[in-house]
Amino acid sequence: MPPAVCGAAAAWQRATMPSEDLIDGIRNLLRRIGLELAFVDAAKDGSTGPLKPLLQELEAAVRGTAPDAIVSAVAVASSWLSGPQTDTVERLTIWHPWLDEAITAWSRGTSLPPLPTALTQPPATTSAGPAQAVVRRPASIVADSVPVTVLPEGQDGEMMRLFCSEAVELLQEIEQGVLVLETSPHDADTLATVFRAFHTLKGNAAVMKLVVLQRLTHELESLLDAARRGARPLDRDAIEIVLAGADAVAAYVAETSRQLDGHEVGRAIPLPVQAIVDRVHDLLAQPAVTATKAPHPGTVPLPAKSAQSAGVPPRATIAPHATTEPQAALAATVSTPSPRAPESPTPASATPPPTPPSDVPGAAHATGSSGSVRVDTAKLDGLLDLVGELVIAQSMVVEAAGGGDESLVRSLTQLRGITSDLQRTAMAIRMVPIRGAFQKMGRLVRDTALSLGKEIRLIVEGAETELDRTVIEEIGDPLVHMIRNATDHAIESPAERIAAGKSAVGSITLSACHQGGFVVVRVSDDGRGLDPARIRAKAVEKGLIQADAVLDARDTLELIFAAGFSTAAQVTDLSGRGVGLDVVRRNVERVRGKVEVESVKGRGTTFTLSMPLTLAIIEGLVVAVAGQRFVIPALAVRESFRPLSTGLSSVHGRGELVAVRGQQVPLVRLGRHLGITGAIEDATQAIVVVLEAGSDRRCLLVDDLVGKQEVVIKPLGESFAGRTPFAGAAILGDGRVGLILDSLALVRLSRRSSTETAA
Amino acid sequence: MNDTRTRLHADEPQARARPGKYLTFRLATETYGLPVLAVREIIRLCPITPVANMPPHVRGVINLRGRVIPIVDLRVRFGLTVMPDHDRTCIVVAQVASSTGGSRPYAIVVDAVDEVAVLAEADIAPPPDFGGAVDTRFITGLARREGGVTTLIDLDGVALNETCSGQPVTP
Repeated sequence: MPPAVCGAAAAWQRATMPSEDLIDGIRNLLRRIGLELAFVDAAKDGSTGPLKPLLQELEAAVRGTAPDAIVSAVAVASSWLSGPQTDTVERLTIWHPWLDEAITAWSRGTSLPPLPTALTQPPATTSAGPAQAVVRRPASIVADSVPVTVLPEGQDGEMMRLFCSEAVELLQEIEQGVLVLETSPHDADTLATVFRAFHTLKGNAAVMKLVVLQRLTHELESLLDAARRGARPLDRDAIEIVLAGADAVAAYVAETSRQLDGHEVGRAIPLPVQAIVDRVHDLLAQPAVTATKAPHPGTVPLPAKSAQSAGVPPRATIAPHATTEPQAALAATVSTPSPRAPESPTPASATPPPTPPSDVPGAAHATGSSGSVRVDTAKLDGLLDLVGELVIAQSMVVEAAGGGDESLVRSLTQLRGITSDLQRTAMAIRMVPIRGAFQKMGRLVRDTALSLGKEIRLIVEGAETELDRTVIEEIGDPLVHMIRNATDHAIESPAERIAAGKSAVGSITLSACHQGGFVVVRVSDDGRGLDPARIRAKAVEKGLIQADAVLDARDTLELIFAAGFSTAAQVTDLSGRGVGLDVVRRNVERVRGKVEVESVKGRGTTFTLSMPLTLAIIEGLVVAVAGQRFVIPALAVRESFRPLSTGLSSVHGRGELVAVRGQQVPLVRLGRHLGITGAIEDATQAIVVVLEAGSDRRCLLVDDLVGKQEVVIKPLGESFAGRTPFAGAAILGDGRVGLILDSLALVRLSRRSSTETAA
Repeated sequence: MNDTRTRLHADEPQARARPGKYLTFRLATETYGLPVLAVREIIRLCPITPVANMPPHVRGVINLRGRVIPIVDLRVRFGLTVMPDHDRTCIVVAQVASSTGGSRPYAIVVDAVDEVAVLAEADIAPPPDFGGAVDTRFITGLARREGGVTTLIDLDGVALNETCSGQPVTP
């Protein structure tokens, strides 16, 4: 023991009385140290990590204010952590209550309690002496691998904020899902949702280089994956671990957002993951049998085990101060299964989540301070409705006023200017630049390339392109997936590239632009390209197509989007577990967009995502049939033309086909399909609209094309729910309601309806 | 109306009409009444967009200040003679119970709107038993008034039945 501790016991009287704030701050730190102490596993290296920054902070807080005895006791404790002693944790558990008492004494001005003898004994060491230890490694060094992060200086605050707000949403999703799983552990959909949420969280953590968080989420994901595969049903232990993990992440995120807001910037943020990771390992190592048994009333499911796996060393020293608030909370956590299990065998009303440091100061003002207002989209829709009506009402007024009064006409012109501005603004409220989503990719590419030993350059174009926030949210995952595919699989190693006569540095281009009412996002690489022969072989192997199926080049490439077609064989941080391109397509179609792929073997691959600017408004092609007008989402329209009689043919005299660029495409007469009479019968006098969804194509026969219009999509309401072939309704320019055709259903279901027509 | 609001299905025993103010209107040659509290507004006949695959009494949808709302023809629903639209034909926009809890607008075509009548308890008789000859599911009562009988209807039931029950769907 350094002499400072022993010699300075009487020095307290020289110190001035501390302020209340100071004492509160110190107590708070002590409380957190106590919490961390309970999670420390003495046998594990690095598990004392979270303690280091806390002790450093404590050191800074007491230096110059507290009595010397306290100052040196803190300094010594801090040095234990960096030293080679084996009994650090035991010493700390004695030291902690002593310091607590000492602080109380100091704040009251009474004399400090004597230092416990255990602390003044020479520490048990394996190699060097204590004095050396203090000198050799100052406690301020925080090793890279410890579960603590400090917000780096100059870290992109915007991205971190984005990460935090996304994490908060994901955590909510996880919590809700887990609560459902508690009552119905076999709910596959909810399980998948929770799994995906962790998966996304892991991906985001990887992008932000939050290694510790990534590790934690990876472990929890494995646990959930085991449940998903049916290898280990989610029982109470598992659910508690998942919740504990989610809480730890939540506390971390809360503290991070607090620092982003400028509170105590630069302070280390603890993330105690070791205990949770160990529990996951323990649980996965258990035979699955235990889980299939329902918890029996009256029995205590594994209390000793969970106490141990929670990381609390069974030490008597923890008892004396178990009455202090945080310790009490912990004690409750540790022993959760025992007192409650008998009364509540059903997991529904089960235990509260364990409380790792969720009571970190500032957890209360967690999120939502990015200087913007969150508005319910229903309100925005209402605003858009009203603005649309205003425009129509205005045109009626203009019409009624005629060319009469000159001052009236001038006022009306002014009004028109204002309403169109208003309309633009109302639309713009939903729009945000895609930059945020793109920036994430920069990190992803760099880090992935680094870990794979590849050299990849990411070229970003059009990051300022604006689109609907909800659309950006939907394409976030698909983008990550495609970028990972490109870096992981498409771009070759430098050696391969040179051998193929290409530059050693691969490049991935990520671009966004507006193209006729749509946003087109492209991900292209100059890698090895897709090999149609391999795709075909794989599709046959997976049973997606018959071995003798005849497919053209385009249809072959389309196979990569089929469900069940995933090329990733091994589970890594980067490639998912069978989360394939089918998910990409589904996400994009959900926002009424489409994905296309082009590839030249050996030269590269380009994925093109075309999406509407917003979910509320679509670019529509207005068509007429027997005097009625319908809106077709323009994105689904490939082309339209008046057919020549030579291009029309029929099968069995009924099933009609149209030749479109050398391909025979089935024809659906819209009038007949909707049961409207009076449509033009002679196809050569009508118009054929070629619809497309994925690789499927159908021709739609309409009387005429009326025009293109941007329309606000409105629901048809419950009177029509699920009974009509329409995706919604829209108010057309003259104030009438136009029905929006569900192009996807039309293309994919028209096989059936055309046979119905024929029947 | 309060009583009828809480009903979940039109086949449940219906509530009796309560005394109060009723909007009376004509469907073909008959007079019908709705509680005024359930009426949102009365508008002129406006262009109606037909919706395919719906039963014949559903005329389609209209644009009510930017909202798309369904419009039904009770004459078809009740099997009355449908005369062509004329200058007194108008649309009554009512509020009906929504399956999600709140209320939603629901428009009906009427041949003419008469007046707002105050009906006392004594004026209202329970729906008579026609012995199955007449569908009385949506009738909450009969009001005797000068110049004839007014049939008080349960529009919630009409709207609810349209979505829940297996109405024959004509393609």
